[in-house]
Amino acid sequence: MAESQPALQSLVAEFDDVDSVSAAARAVRDAGFQHFDVYSPFPIHGIERSMGLRATRLPWIVLGMGLTGTTLALFFQWWANAHDYPFKISAKPLFGIPANIPITFEFTVLLAAFGAFFGMLVLNRLPEHHNELFDNPRFRRATDDGFFLAVEARDARFDTRRTRELLQSFSKHPVVECHASTESRAFPIWVRAALAGAGALALLPFAGIVNARFRDATSPAFHLIKDMDSQPRYRAQAANPYFADGRAQRPDVAGAVAFDHFLTDPKTLTGRDGENFCGTIPLPVSDQTMLRGQQRFAVYCTPCHGQAGYGDGLVAQRAANLQEPNWVPPASLHDPVVRARAVGQIFDTIRNGVRTMPAYGRQIGIEDSWAIVAYVRALQRSQNATVEDVPPAERASLGTR
Amino acid sequence: MTASATTQAHLEEPYARPKLVEGAEDFGAVTQRVCGVLERPKPPRAWYIGLAISSSLTLLLFTMVVYLIATGVGVWGNNSPAFWGWGIVNFVFWVGIAHAGTLISAILFLLRQKWRTSINRAAEAMTLFAVCCAGLYPAIHVGRIWVAYWLFPFPNQMQMWPNFRSPLLWDVFAVSTYATVSALFWFMGLVPDLATLRDRSTTRLKQVIYGFFALGWRGSARHWQRFERAYLLLAALATPLVLSVHSVVSFDFAVSQVSGWHTTIFPPYFVAGAIFSGFAMVVTVMVPARELFGLKELVTIRHLENMNKVILATGSMVGLAYSTEFFIAWYGGNPYERFAFMNRAFGPYAWAYWIMIFCNVVAPQFFWSKKIRTSPWLMVGVAILVNVGMWFERFVIIVTSLARTYLPSNWGYFKPTWVDICTFAGTIGLFFTLFLLFCRFLPMVAIAEVKGVLPAAHAHPEHPKGGHDHG
Ligand code: HEC
Repeated sequence: MAESQPALQSLVAEFDDVDSVSAAARAVRDAGFQHFDVYSPFPIHGIERSMGLRATRLPWIVLGMGLTGTTLALFFQWWANAHDYPFKISAKPLFGIPANIPITFEFTVLLAAFGAFFGMLVLNRLPEHHNELFDNPRFRRATDDGFFLAVEARDARFDTRRTRELLQSFSKHPVVECHASTESRAFPIWVRAALAGAGALALLPFAGIVNARFRDATSPAFHLIKDMDSQPRYRAQAANPYFADGRAQRPDVAGAVAFDHFLTDPKTLTGRDGENFCGTIPLPVSDQTMLRGQQRFAVYCTPCHGQAGYGDGLVAQRAANLQEPNWVPPASLHDPVVRARAVGQIFDTIRNGVRTMPAYGRQIGIEDSWAIVAYVRALQRSQNATVEDVPPAERASLGTR
Repeated sequence: MTASATTQAHLEEPYARPKLVEGAEDFGAVTQRVCGVLERPKPPRAWYIGLAISSSLTLLLFTMVVYLIATGVGVWGNNSPAFWGWGIVNFVFWVGIAHAGTLISAILFLLRQKWRTSINRAAEAMTLFAVCCAGLYPAIHVGRIWVAYWLFPFPNQMQMWPNFRSPLLWDVFAVSTYATVSALFWFMGLVPDLATLRDRSTTRLKQVIYGFFALGWRGSARHWQRFERAYLLLAALATPLVLSVHSVVSFDFAVSQVSGWHTTIFPPYFVAGAIFSGFAMVVTVMVPARELFGLKELVTIRHLENMNKVILATGSMVGLAYSTEFFIAWYGGNPYERFAFMNRAFGPYAWAYWIMIFCNVVAPQFFWSKKIRTSPWLMVGVAILVNVGMWFERFVIIVTSLARTYLPSNWGYFKPTWVDICTFAGTIGLFFTLFLLFCRFLPMVAIAEVKGVLPAAHAHPEHPKGGHDHG
């Protein structure tokens, strides 16, 4: 098979000054050509008119990108600081145009600049490192002091002989032919393989993130950069060879008085008097104590025992509705057994829990526990009162009963 | 043809002005002049000496940064009450210097000041290098530098977002946008010149490297049309951007409630100061560079004189701002504000204040004299004074206000440590290292743009009524 001559791409004429290339461009334009281009070391002003070029749509791209930037920045700032994580600072509004303008402005400019730069590249189909024109060594003048005009063979009016004559009539230099490159323009196989490999590797971190997002973790989260929670320090009960006794936790210095631990009486601390539960509240009880007890009772006990202590709190009701088989209903505090308990035992129940009732000693302080006990006692009396409990002077006001 | 070209030139510039480019008047000569600098086998000896000094300083900078990170920010002099010290002073100083490049390339471009073409490339490069020096400070001052990315909004395990209403975050956005846009602007202008270097390169290596970054530029008219439009748009975007960046930097101070900082005059005053310091730096660097690399025909005395006029104008603006501040402090009747300013001028930092006044307000006034304005080495002297003065301006603003705030029992006196000093010296080294490398490997003057302002670049205008317009 005969070797076929590579296809003719274009005819290229060379010029030495702006005027002659402009004149040639006008002639080519007037001859009705569409696919031709002028090459010059600097932008020739007015050449777009000589060539009959239309204005570029780049400004619209830039405008579009800029507006996208404005909208995105405004929306994101509102979403992040006012919606997703409302961030109240110095009682200032969560979202307000003045304070959010600087970032909106910067982001608008950033995206618009990307639009201008990358838009220019995309519209110009750059980067294009290989072009047939570069095969002609004289074409190097195009970035120095030469001017070129190339008419492409794909133009409908192209005719090798006549187009050549037209171009030659303007140029002192011989018009040359530019042929399609015979070399393959694709990257070598190993470059493509390496790029594909790198691309696949680059996806791995994302795959890892997706995997972590949709699976239950069995071990604690791994932090590349530790937060302050995991700085080097000694934990309670740990060993520390620095001290003679080898303990990291230091005992109180002899004679030191901790200012928040005044309670030392074992009765107050445990509710027990020796082996038995104590029968009286070891701390003074006042109106304040009762109110505090009522409030703490409402916080800690009502979910199970109910406002009035009948064991009908919301948790108990829900468990009953769901007919939970293993559910042990909270005791009614008005059950005769419970009423007969010594105050010390109720205190102990709060501190350490009882059977299925959990212990609250870690959440509720000693004084508060006694306040609750006092309130429970009052609650019990209120639900089991007789006329005898009412002061004689007030009995008349009870009316019919 | 020649006659009408001259007529047109006269129409554009009605007053007989000195030529923009002397000597070399044809395109090839311009290419030769600029590329010749890069193509000669060895740079001048002064270049080696300069690089030796500046790269050792850069090494010092890296050492200091490693020391700071390994030890903690305590190695700097910042401490109660002056929690902001040299770190922020130097940051603002460098950002300010950066602004001249964008101003020359963008604002003067929009104002159609053709004289900018010879100096814009170098000035833009200085912008980038100064932003590098500036950007280093916020990054290293955070202490745990490895979490500096927390400044940026990204979905994190803390499920929190940064506070978008804080000037410090505005700063992050402003400076990073500024760095990106000026890099794009600079690179885009460089593409056609890289293509020139690619086409002139004699070794395969140079051809591949320059060719890679030239993106296959071949000077097509269709490409130039979009290129010029993109350049114009970038200039139009960079102009408000550069004004916004130093305004945002000034918000770091103005939005706080420290007396001496909390003033509305800050944004314009900072912008004027930035231009002032930046032009001074361009003069400081360009005079030796044009001398060294034989670019006197492209960077002419006229260019330098124009820059000196800008220095004179902005220097006077800065002086006006200083006096306005004092007037408002008195007229405003706020005793704390009054104290802050009396303290600046007559307090423990009076020495710094008066250095600043001398360098920024008095020194540029020498430029009223045409003699000083047009003799290269005298103007470098003034420009260096201005650089010193502008550094002291930031020092005075930041340190005097912090060292004596509302609580007298908390007053103190800020002293930099040796690490502060070495780090700053190091950034100067980094700046000059990058600049010297730039001079050696990239075209210092925008070749294509200079060709565009040569008289021969103007085509014989097409007859307005002939042919069809805009297809
Ligand atoms: C999580 C639900 C729950 C909460 C909250 C709760 N309890 Fe109980 N409580 C129970 C249950 C269940 C029992 C019955 C335990 C059993 O019999 O196994 C019980 C039993 C009791 C008894 C009777 C113990 C005995 O002597 O037999 C007392 C008294 C009591 N709770 C007091 C309190 C007080 C006071 C609080 C508030 C501090 C409180 N409980 C909070 C679930 C709760």
